[in-house]
Amino acid sequence: MSQISNLAFLGSFALLLALTLSVYCFLAGLIALAFPNQYSDRLGETARRAGIAVFGTVTLAAVALVNAAFNDDFSIAYILHHSNRDLPAPYKFAVLWSGQEGSLLFWSLLLATYALVLRLRHKTDTRLFAYASVVIAAVQVFFLLLLTFAAHPFALVTGTIPPDGNGLNPLLQYPEMVIHPPMLYLGYVGFTIPFAFALGALAMKYPGEKWIHITRRWTMVTWGFLTIGIFLGAHWAYSVLGWGGYWGWDPVENASLLPWLTGTAFLHSVMMQEKRGMLKVWNMWLIFATFWLAILGTYLTRSGVISSVHAFAQSGIGEWFKWFLALTFAVFTGFFFMNRSHLRSEHKLEALVSRESSFLFNNILFLVACFTVLWGTWFPLLSELVQGTKVTVGPPFFNRVIIPVSLLLLLLTAIGPLLAWRKTSLESLQRNFLWPALGAVAVGVIMILFGVRPWEDSTYFYSTMAAVLSVLVIFTVLSEFIRGGRVISRHTGQGMLWSMMHLGHRNTRRYGGYVVHFGIALVAIGIVGSAFNQQKEQEMAFGDKMTIGPYTLVCQSYTQEDNPNYASEWAIINVFRGGQQVTTMYPERRVYKASQQPQTMPRIYPTFKQDFFLLKDLYLIYAGLNPDNGHPIIKAHLNPLVPWIWTGLIIMILGTALALVPNAAPVQVRAPVRVPATAGAGD
Amino acid sequence: MRSNPKLVRRATQSLILCLAVFIFLGAGDDKRFDKLGHHLMCICGCNQVLLECNHVGCRDSDRMRNELSAALVAGTEGAGTAGDGSGKIPTGGSGASSDDTILQGFVQKYGMTVLAAPSTTGFNSVAWIVPFLALGFGLALLVVIVRVWKSRPVPALADGIAPLHGQELEHFRQQAQKETDL
Repeated sequence: MSQISNLAFLGSFALLLALTLSVYCFLAGLIALAFPNQYSDRLGETARRAGIAVFGTVTLAAVALVNAAFNDDFSIAYILHHSNRDLPAPYKFAVLWSGQEGSLLFWSLLLATYALVLRLRHKTDTRLFAYASVVIAAVQVFFLLLLTFAAHPFALVTGTIPPDGNGLNPLLQYPEMVIHPPMLYLGYVGFTIPFAFALGALAMKYPGEKWIHITRRWTMVTWGFLTIGIFLGAHWAYSVLGWGGYWGWDPVENASLLPWLTGTAFLHSVMMQEKRGMLKVWNMWLIFATFWLAILGTYLTRSGVISSVHAFAQSGIGEWFKWFLALTFAVFTGFFFMNRSHLRSEHKLEALVSRESSFLFNNILFLVACFTVLWGTWFPLLSELVQGTKVTVGPPFFNRVIIPVSLLLLLLTAIGPLLAWRKTSLESLQRNFLWPALGAVAVGVIMILFGVRPWEDSTYFYSTMAAVLSVLVIFTVLSEFIRGGRVISRHTGQGMLWSMMHLGHRNTRRYGGYVVHFGIALVAIGIVGSAFNQQKEQEMAFGDKMTIGPYTLVCQSYTQEDNPNYASEWAIINVFRGGQQVTTMYPERRVYKASQQPQTMPRIYPTFKQDFFLLKDLYLIYAGLNPDNGHPIIKAHLNPLVPWIWTGLIIMILGTALALVPNAAPVQVRAPVRVPATAGAGD
Repeated sequence: MRSNPKLVRRATQSLILCLAVFIFLGAGDDKRFDKLGHHLMCICGCNQVLLECNHVGCRDSDRMRNELSAALVAGTEGAGTAGDGSGKIPTGGSGASSDDTILQGFVQKYGMTVLAAPSTTGFNSVAWIVPFLALGFGLALLVVIVRVWKSRPVPALADGIAPLHGQELEHFRQQAQKETDL
């Protein structure tokens, strides 16, 4: 029992120490910057070191909580509510971010980790990093105050300590849940860093664009993590929730999309600031909006203000977040109005058809998409306020309003890379665009020949348009690689593949971006498939058959199983195509013992071997037993093209990684030397 | 090969018109069950569309699906009405407008939150209008920004330097692009 008390004590002490150090880091850093004198440098250095120490103390608190989960320390209320003795070890680790208090501690830990890297790299630009460090310390103080006074992860159970815990939510007992939340949080938390640099640069009237160069990598890394987090969430929903889809426009899903949209807009518009000294005000607000929306998303998820299947339990921390949101807005707006004269554009727009215009258009569309998602998410509350009745704003609304904007964005993704900075002649645009456009139109014609009728249904129209535009994106990206590769190949005499790889290595950011665009096109193609989903439900006794698409499902058997964590029922389904067995699938339904909650475990078979490019997912759900005869009820979905979404994600991540690699030096091409005919021709 | 600018403009305008017509087209009448089932929410608290409720052993979604099937049949055979005591979804009658009537029947029975999207009447229409207003506002803003930027004065060149125009400028631009933007 003494060890149990020790863990709670250790964790609480570590959090208090972290709070004290963060407050010191903030105040000392602020005083050193605001009142420069002979002691400022030393005071600033103590602030930096205190910030580094915060990482140690927050890590200690997190380790104490994980240790408590592994030691089944049910005297800590958080462990009691989110773990149990028979919970497998990886999920005991995941307990750290599975509940309100733990996930806030995890947030604080990630922020401390990012801040550690920043503070260790302070020599890049001591003064700018000192400003950024103070901003981060302020954010850290907020989260540590929250952890200490409103959502304490080491709060003790009052009265008798139960012998076992309530267990982890069954929906979270899936391998991806060990990866998905950390990725999402790395994305959310990571946007604090570019925001800190932006606010620091604004406060100190930072000369030039160096801060943008410094921030760029942080933003790309953060964007990459958030992208992975969002897609892993979609994959988790697809693999666990058992409704055959991957995106339901749930408020919590929307909350993750908001900063992603503004962050993506920022990654594009920041290039205008770097290359042309334009959009300085815009970029400041974009990066602020991204950070602010990440916090807003956290508020939505945790305050209980909007109901969602993913939301944490309702609690009083919503008020804290409201104040924090208001405060950050006030501080940023104050600095902006004080120093806005510093943010004048250095150049003007020279032509409508130019890379600059395409970035502007792209930014407008991303912001409209962001606003629409935010509007749809908040509208139920607005309706209640105005009409007194809540309405639901679900997938039909979002699909109707977001798809046209997304199609425009896809079109821009295809055209944008073909436009030059400053001005593009229509002739060169036509020349570069002709073959990709013909290829894309050909795909549209092929779709119609294969029976898709875009004029019959808006769903088919949107799907055809999305497919055509995605192919257009793919072809323009390929044409960019081929054109550049051809030039290098001509100069160096190397093969095309080597030349294209070298091309990518010479301007990693540009070609990494193209690879990301390629991945996005694949994702869009995957989403297009949802228009052609098929679904069937049938009771299946021994030997019963169900046909869906070209597949015949035969129930070979159904059985039950029991282990310490859960009891399960499952069916054994043989899958045939063209009379030949292609696989056996085991859809399952579990009842978790600690929580007494049922959970379906869908089984998914991607038809790589059978369909190749037009591959589908055969998706089986064990819906339960017919109470009258005890036969299992099986739901089957045939979801075309879904694997393209996950393939697209992998390519997007590879593209992001490529964009982070430093550029290679250009190839040295030796000029041919004219050798006199008389010299050295002997051998 | 030189293209005719007038022809290109006309073709572009026609394409945009076709796109606009298609974008605002409604869905067809077939697959009514699937369509209506995706316009309704399951009331079990799962926050999911009726036909996508994954709640294990959910009785609400089963009952609502049955009610929807019954309402579709009743819509073509004669209808129940609100408060007729049958517990069925009131369908009002048969005919082309019965989709709306069936949805209204569900609203009467389960309240406004049963609809998966706001209606297009009254204050709820604001939900639909505002995103398109935002898009219009965004595009107008883009036009304003581009005009303002384009109207800014060009910095004066030092004496003796003549600005380049037309093909000569294009030649230098392509040369610079070729050398620097690989």
